[in-house]
Amino acid sequence: MDIQDIIKPENQVYRKPALLNDSHMHYCPGCSHGVVHKLVAEVIEELGAAEIAIGIAPVGCAVFAYNYIDVDWIEAPHGRAPALATAAKRLQPDKLVFTYQGDGDMAAIGTAESLHAANRGENIAMIFINNGIYGMTGGQMAPTTLLGMKTSTTPYGRRADLNGYPLAITGLMAQLDGTCYVTRQSVETPAAVRKAKAALRKAFENSMKGKGTSVVEIVSTCNSGWKMSPADANKWMEENMFKKYPIGDLKNE
Amino acid sequence: MEEVRLMKGNEALAHAAIRYGADGYFGYPITPQSEVLEVLEEQRPWETTGMVVLQAESELAAINMVYGGASCGKVVFTSSSSPGISLMQEGISYIAASEVPALIVNVMRGGPGLGTIHPSQADYFQAVKGGGHGDYHLIVLAPSSVQEMCDFMWLGWDLAFKYRTPAMLLADGLVGQMMEKVILPEPRPRRTEEQIREQCPWAINGRKNMRKRNVVTSLELDDELMEQNNLRFQRTYKEIEKNEVRYEAINTDDCDYLFVAFGSMARICLKVMEIAKEQGLKIGLLRPITLWPFPSKQIKEISQNVKGIMVVELSAGQMIEDVKLAVECKLDVKHYGRLGGIVPTPEEVLESLIAQFSINR
Repeated sequence: MDIQDIIKPENQVYRKPALLNDSHMHYCPGCSHGVVHKLVAEVIEELGAAEIAIGIAPVGCAVFAYNYIDVDWIEAPHGRAPALATAAKRLQPDKLVFTYQGDGDMAAIGTAESLHAANRGENIAMIFINNGIYGMTGGQMAPTTLLGMKTSTTPYGRRADLNGYPLAITGLMAQLDGTCYVTRQSVETPAAVRKAKAALRKAFENSMKGKGTSVVEIVSTCNSGWKMSPADANKWMEENMFKKYPIGDLKNE
Repeated sequence: MEEVRLMKGNEALAHAAIRYGADGYFGYPITPQSEVLEVLEEQRPWETTGMVVLQAESELAAINMVYGGASCGKVVFTSSSSPGISLMQEGISYIAASEVPALIVNVMRGGPGLGTIHPSQADYFQAVKGGGHGDYHLIVLAPSSVQEMCDFMWLGWDLAFKYRTPAMLLADGLVGQMMEKVILPEPRPRRTEEQIREQCPWAINGRKNMRKRNVVTSLELDDELMEQNNLRFQRTYKEIEKNEVRYEAINTDDCDYLFVAFGSMARICLKVMEIAKEQGLKIGLLRPITLWPFPSKQIKEISQNVKGIMVVELSAGQMIEDVKLAVECKLDVKHYGRLGGIVPTPEEVLESLIAQFSINR
C-alpha cells in the first residue's frame, strides 16, 4: 500500500478547521489560546454559522483573535467587548455574536460591562480565558491571580492585605437572572478539550435560541507568564488553579 | 409626513432620530438631557420602526454600544452632558480610529468636575480639539434652536456616513431645555440589511455568501502602517475642511463690530444687536454652525471691514483662540463670557462691548 492510498477523505480523522486561517499565531508555545481558538472555529463551522458569526475581540493576548478565526470581528477597547456585543446582537438578532475575553478584560476593567451584559440576559456567548495573569503586557497581576502567586507586579507573591483576593467572576455571573448557562472548563487534556468544545457549542446554541447569556470560562495556562514549561504549567494549573476555580457547570438551565 | 410641534430641544433630538430611520440609541441618564432617553422609551420605536433603545449601565458602556452598532454599519447615536461626555472620550477616539460613522450629542452643562446642571459652552476645546487620545477630529455641529436640534441630527448622520467619521452635536443646556416650534421632517424607513451591505461594504454583519471577512479595529502595531492610517485620517479631515464649513452671517456686510458666537449665545447676540441698533451701533454676527471645521476664512474676510471682534461664549474663552488664529492677530479680538451655568443678559453683553472697545455713545 502506498501512502497516497491512505490519504483519502474517508480516512481523514483530523484536520485544521476551515475557519482557522493560515496566519502565524503570536501565542507562546503551550498557551491555551491556540486550542480554544481551534475549538471556536470548529464549533462555528459545525453549527453552519460561518455566515452569521460576529466575534468581539478584547484587549489582552487575544487582541489579535481577529487575525486567526475567519469570521467578522470587531476589536473592542479593553473591557468593553460585552457592550459592543450587546449592540451588535440587539441590532442584528439573527447573528451569532460572541465575546472572547481574558481575565483583565472580564474581571477587572470590564467588570461592569460583563456583569451588566449578563444581567440583561443579552443573547450572546462570552468566552472567558482565565490564566491568572496578564500575558500581553508581560506578566502582571490579574484579578484572578491566586494568593501567593508571583507576577511582575506581585514579585513576592499576591497578598490579600495588599492586593485583595482572587475574583471568581463566573460565580457571580451564575447568580444573575440573565444567564442561562455558566460553566468552567479547561483544555489541558484531550478529554478536557472535548468537554470544553461541547460547552462552547452549547453556549453558541443557547444564544441563537435566545435563552440569555452563556459564559464559558476556560481555566488556562500561561506558561510564559508563569515561567514554567507547558507540561509543568498544566500540572500547576490542575494542582492550584482548579482549587480556586473548580471545573464544571455553575449553572445549566 | 412633516409635522409642526412645540417641544424641547432634547425632545426634538429623539423625534429626529426616529424619523431619520435610526437603528439604535444607547445612553445613560444625566441632566440636562435625560429627556432624550425618556422620549424614546415613551415613543417605543422598537414597535414601529424597529429601532433599538437601551439604557446602558454607564456612559462608557453607552459609547461602546454605539461603537459596536456603528461597526455594524447601523445608524446609531448616544447623548449625554459634559461629565458623561468626558467618560465617553475613550470610545470616541476608537470610533474615529476605526473609521465608523456615529453621532454623539453633548448637551453641555457647567464644569469642571460635577459642576452644575445649567448651560455652558465650556466643552468647546474637548469637542473641537480632540478630546480623546490621538490625532483625530470630530465634525462638530452647533445647534442654536430647537429646529436645528432636529435638523442637525440628520445632517450629523449624513456627514458621519459620508466621511466614515464620528460627528458631534455640541448643544448646551439652554438649547436642550428651551421649547420652540419645530417642523419634524417626514419619516424615512430604516435601511435594510441588503442596503447596508451595499452602502457599507466594510460593515460587520457576517460573511454572507462567504464574502471576505470584515474586521473593524483601531489597532495596528506595524508603525509604518499606523502612520499610513493616520495620513488617511488626515486626508479625510482635509476633505471635510474643504467641503463642510457651515456658518450663518447676519449684518456682516455693514457693521462696525462683529460678534462671533455659537449655539444659545448666538441667540443672545441677536438680541444685543437689536438693542445696539436702536442706539445707533452697527454690530454683525458670525455664527459658526460647524465648530470643526471652523469658518476661519469667512471670519478673516469680515475682520478686514470691522473695528473689532468680540467672541461671546459661556466659557472663560475657548472659541476665541480659533477666532484669533483666523484673524492672524491683525485685529483686536475681545471676549465676553459667563461661567458656571450663568447665562448673560443682552444688556451686559452690550455694556462689555462698549467698555472693551471704548465706544463713545
